[in-house]
Amino acid sequence: MNAVTPPVPGAPTPTVLADPYAAGPVPTTGDRSRTALHRSLFGLPLRPRLAVMCVVTALAAFAVFCLGLALGDYPVPLVDVVPALWRSGARGTVFVVHEVRLPRALTGVLVGAAFAASGAVLQAITRNPLASPDMVGINAGATTAVVAGIVLGFGDTLGTPTLGLAGGLLGALAVYLLAWRRGSTGFRIVLVGIGVSWMCTSATDYLLTRAKMHQAQEAVGWLVGNLNGRGWESVRPLGVAVAVLLPAALLLAGWNRNLQLGDDVARGLGTPVQLARGLLLLVSVALVSFATAAAGPVLFVSLAAPQIAQRLARLSAPPVLLSALTGVLLVSGSDLLARRLLPDTDLPVGVVTGAIGAGFLLRLLVRSNRAGSGG
Amino acid sequence: MTVIRAEGLTLAYDDRNVVSELDLHIPPGRVTVVVGANACGKSTLLRALARLMRPEHGAVLLDGRAIHTLPTRQVARQVGILPQTPVAPEGISVLDLVGRGRSPHQTWWRQWSTADEQAVAEALAATGMTELAHRPVDELSGGQRQRAWIAMAVAQQTPVLLLDEPTTYLDLAHQVDVLDLVTDLNRRDGRTVVMVLHDLNQACRYADHLVVMRDGRIAAEGDPAAVVTAELVTEVFGLGCQVVPDPVTATPMVIPLSRHHPARTVTA
Repeated sequence: MNAVTPPVPGAPTPTVLADPYAAGPVPTTGDRSRTALHRSLFGLPLRPRLAVMCVVTALAAFAVFCLGLALGDYPVPLVDVVPALWRSGARGTVFVVHEVRLPRALTGVLVGAAFAASGAVLQAITRNPLASPDMVGINAGATTAVVAGIVLGFGDTLGTPTLGLAGGLLGALAVYLLAWRRGSTGFRIVLVGIGVSWMCTSATDYLLTRAKMHQAQEAVGWLVGNLNGRGWESVRPLGVAVAVLLPAALLLAGWNRNLQLGDDVARGLGTPVQLARGLLLLVSVALVSFATAAAGPVLFVSLAAPQIAQRLARLSAPPVLLSALTGVLLVSGSDLLARRLLPDTDLPVGVVTGAIGAGFLLRLLVRSNRAGSGG
Repeated sequence: MTVIRAEGLTLAYDDRNVVSELDLHIPPGRVTVVVGANACGKSTLLRALARLMRPEHGAVLLDGRAIHTLPTRQVARQVGILPQTPVAPEGISVLDLVGRGRSPHQTWWRQWSTADEQAVAEALAATGMTELAHRPVDELSGGQRQRAWIAMAVAQQTPVLLLDEPTTYLDLAHQVDVLDLVTDLNRRDGRTVVMVLHDLNQACRYADHLVVMRDGRIAAEGDPAAVVTAELVTEVFGLGCQVVPDPVTATPMVIPLSRHHPARTVTA
């Protein structure tokens, strides 16, 4: 703008506007309370709604967890449950709570947290709620590998967690190579993922037709997502995985937030895009693979829990920690329901999470679309 | 003051050269506008200045050092880029979007500080978005949305600001509004601004330094009044035209000719 150039003679006089540079320094004091900008607390942006939701969900999850330890063929009074966790109380109570019910309950907690956190990470990078691990072939890859281990007999030597991780990584690699390498996002990843998912499912089905009766039974019992009879041997590897990967996902959340703005903007904000996406993808795949190895593909948790959490916190992408807590509540609650609804049949938890998760998600979608916020 | 320039810059997509052997010195503290026909490499040049693509040959130098050898975050604290038509995640609030402009200044152990809060408040005020801070970006009008993105780049507090066609898809009033806002940022804070524009007349009005590109090379550069002539426009855009003084700013104004509207003798 050449402000100093005199106007052409005979030209209409320009409308005189207030000089924008005369405004002086931008007023900021007093703005704070009115616009309620993020305040900081110990170096973190303060998000009261998210914090409250995390506390509420954690409390609810803990209540359901204790209820799960209390109820059963040998009921334990709720007041005795928490002391029994530290092996204090009557010997019978400690045995039932600590040795019989705790491994299963803990597996449920860890599986819920892992599936949900994995889904939250993946949905956020792809900006697509449908791009959750159980839709895009990661879950299915892990499943195929574990079933192959059972049916072809190499499962015991390699161990279910290793197989699950290998299968999940292969599934993710296939999706990455076919759809993601050229920087495409969103819908293409979902479509290719569904393709990869079905290929894995076909392979799993083929393996099952070739299986001996007892192998098929073992595989099918695991295929629907099951916490029945889970002992400490499934808690330990998954516990270590969650203890490492969940904090990693939280640390990487800042990069993930920038990736949601598109590759160019993210890079402009100083995000190492390829590295960030690679690490996030790895964390997500590892979480879901370890969880699948421990409990089978528990349906809908990685799709629904992050979506529920996102709506609870009213954010533009699923928050990792709240998603994990929601996943814990969803899986623990579903397992409790599965055990109590039909006590004699040992209903697998995957059946209940599928029904509850899908129902809740549908309700949320219908409600938010009616409110005009576009789901 | 941060100085950014390109030296012997060759940029290519796959094997196709888009920019060849380009030398460009961006005047610090001024508004530089890059114009040229479609596919002349102007957006590609801007991407390279922001380190979004790696040159085949040559380099972009930030204070004399090749930008590709500098740490990503350090570059992000000096050069801000607003790509053409960025897409905000569904449901994100203006405040949240603008806050992300602070990420080059943040660390894992200090993710939000009073300096961040202050910068966001200033960016919102400077772009007139304070009142809309809590609105979701996807509910805003096109002009407001572009202001929100510019606010994000402002909150980044970089001495150099690169904008790729910031007026795309905006109506005329909002185009002028955005260009005035960008000029404010330059005049008030002394930021170096480089933007790609389509409209030659707007480019002439708002540029201190005009860069005209053709086929990946610089056809002409300098003060718009000295650079923009009928011959140059014909050569670069392949379009006959007359250049007259803008009645408001006296900067060059390009009046295109066409088959149905051939040249007439101008009576002054």
